[in-house]
Amino acid sequence: MGVIRSFKRNFSDLFKKLFKKQNARIGIYGPPNAGKTTLANRILRDWTGDAMGSVSNIAHETRRARRREGVTINANGSSITLDIIDTPGLATKIDFHEFMEQGMDETESKRRAKEATEGVIEAVKWLENLDGVILVMDATEDPFTQVNVTVIGNMEARTLPLLIVANKVDLSEASPSTIRDAFPQHPMVSISALEGKNIDTFYEELAKRFG
Amino acid sequence: MDLVSEHRLSEMSPVEKVRFIIDEVKSGKILVLEKGLSPEEEASLIEMTMTFIEPDGFSGIEMESYPSEADTSFLGKLLKKKSLRTRLTVIGPADQLKTLKKDRNMISALISTNK
Repeated sequence: MGVIRSFKRNFSDLFKKLFKKQNARIGIYGPPNAGKTTLANRILRDWTGDAMGSVSNIAHETRRARRREGVTINANGSSITLDIIDTPGLATKIDFHEFMEQGMDETESKRRAKEATEGVIEAVKWLENLDGVILVMDATEDPFTQVNVTVIGNMEARTLPLLIVANKVDLSEASPSTIRDAFPQHPMVSISALEGKNIDTFYEELAKRFG
Repeated sequence: MDLVSEHRLSEMSPVEKVRFIIDEVKSGKILVLEKGLSPEEEASLIEMTMTFIEPDGFSGIEMESYPSEADTSFLGKLLKKKSLRTRLTVIGPADQLKTLKKDRNMISALISTNK
């Protein structure tokens, strides 16, 4: 009997390993200061009552990727459970002088720059381990940045779902239509992560794309 | 400024391409790549660039590439395989090359000879 019980248990474990549905891993990407962590905080506050990390007007505030597992979002009459990864802002250059211009001393600026380079490397490495990306763009800025082009290219090459978020539409100079015109092949939703404007539409689109 | 042909890059492995670009850009050159890099190679280039950044030295690169286009060739359609056609790319030291304006089919950049 012991052998049969053991066989049943092993078979059950194997079955669970083979067929257990893993949560989709969704990365929040974008250039520095696009509002990635503000959006991650909004999602977590709305659905878990928690927060992901601190935000700042100084670029590269987020210098380590943060993952929150099992975030359940209810939209479109159904629910999806995602693992959300808030990534450091992607950049092709990091100059510590720019932090000094924000009032930091030289030592602190150099430390922040070093950590920021490590953060970018981490963000790039995460690209290979995701099931989809939320690409956050600042709707007051030119959307054709190299970071945006590279992230979109990587998602297209891997045929993974992508949702573009035109953030900061609470600002008068925001132009989400410029983003839509720039990347018409991908779904886009305009929001203000800070004020929560249009956030329900964002959740509906999230469920549609990643559910 | 060096204009690098598609043929020259196609002879290199992805790692060699990225290393070649970093070495050239670090030495102060601006490269115009006829066919650009694949999205994965662009990501690798960003990653490797970060490892070379040092205070009061190399601060990174400026890279300007057009968005990739889907391969609409007869063969691509026949094989029903999603592939992307990469396009011209300009890469240079961040302190010498600055993007002024960019859209789907036009890049305006400022090149400075003084660091």
